[in-house]
Amino acid sequence: MGEVKVIATPQSFPCARIEWALRIKGVEYEYLKEDLANKSPLLLQSNPAHKKVPVLLHHDNPIAESLVILEYIDETWKENPLLPLDPYERAQARFWAKFIDDKCVFGVWGATVAQGEEKEKAIDAALESLAFIEKEIEGKKYFGGEKIGYLDIVVGWMSHWLNVLEELGEIELLTAERFPSLHAWSHNFIQTPPIKDCIPPRETVVEYFSFGINYVRSLEASTKS
Amino acid sequence: MASEHGEEVKVLGKWSSPFSNRVVLSLKLKGVAYKYSEEDFANKSDDLLKYNPIHKKVPVLIHKGNPLPESLVIVEYIDDTWTNNPLLPQDPYERALARFWSKTLDDKILPALWNACWSDEKGRDKAVEEALEALKILQEALKDKRFFGGETIGLVDIAANFIGYWVAILQEIAGLELLTIEKFPKLYKWSQEFVNHPVIKESLPPRDKLFAFFKASASK
Repeated sequence: MGEVKVIATPQSFPCARIEWALRIKGVEYEYLKEDLANKSPLLLQSNPAHKKVPVLLHHDNPIAESLVILEYIDETWKENPLLPLDPYERAQARFWAKFIDDKCVFGVWGATVAQGEEKEKAIDAALESLAFIEKEIEGKKYFGGEKIGYLDIVVGWMSHWLNVLEELGEIELLTAERFPSLHAWSHNFIQTPPIKDCIPPRETVVEYFSFGINYVRSLEASTKS
Repeated sequence: MASEHGEEVKVLGKWSSPFSNRVVLSLKLKGVAYKYSEEDFANKSDDLLKYNPIHKKVPVLIHKGNPLPESLVIVEYIDDTWTNNPLLPQDPYERALARFWSKTLDDKILPALWNACWSDEKGRDKAVEEALEALKILQEALKDKRFFGGETIGLVDIAANFIGYWVAILQEIAGLELLTIEKFPKLYKWSQEFVNHPVIKESLPPRDKLFAFFKASASK
């Protein structure tokens, strides 16, 4: 189907989503590693609205936003479908993807960076969002059923990045006691090929998030003083 | 074309909400019959709490008893289910662009415009600057097309309903000049095409009523 390139950084989980999807479909791609401190002209041209990774380039046509890219990949390469065929099930998958990015990601990040009095409230909000996802995976091997699907890819950050945030934020969110199905899913997901071949080393994620956490905390401290 | 096999289509919405309006526009463009139920936010109906327990917000579409919240998710579902007058293009790349711009409208452009219109004096300059920047990138996406969807209304036009109709009202109340013919001639022209489209025209909330509603909120 022609030339595929991905502008990405290894520590970013939205970028990992794209690689997982392409590998599940057996699509070959060229990885263009981006230095976010020094953004390339190609990135700025390809995603002028947001200037963010990931960007997929197919025949040099750029697409940005990981969820949008996932749907494009699914529509362009038909093997191993990621989204359900039924319109209602497809709509539900899209609903959950938005929920995960809007509530779970921000909820967990919020709980990680919060300090002092606000921390407990932030943790409760994160736990509440995860409880919804636990219900969705109950009784299933993958969100996609018997095989990895679109939602597994979207939730995938919980199998590796979440644990780093928990450590850095000194919090405990995804435990086997609290969320047995989601916990089991996360262990299973990260062991499944091709996912397991495409996970960044933990230290790089620690470094990446540490920088972000310190930045946010120092920003908050300076606005309060 | 009525709903298939007489299955009921119901919409829980709010007349003043652009998000509810997106669902109404989509159903009307496809000629799908539906029942509409107006929600009072101060007094949420049992239906709303039952069908959208997670967010408790409108709009919610209920089709064959199956509920679906989130306006853009609903619009894509409507497009998948009733295939006449398609809202999304056929080509995967064009579809990706439509989805990208709809998402960018919700994540970045609408909030920037909303914030500018409700900003207090302290944050105003920065909020206005961001709003103008957001309108600029939206205009660049339009290029020289009549609608974002080309010759016909598409997903992005529907997603941009707030820009096409609500912004004119809110900027007047706030005493700001954001979307004007001088600043954004192509986008302004699009907004006129949008509000004058025969189906859209009949499906937007009345201007006077909307103006009064937001003006009342502004003075609180």
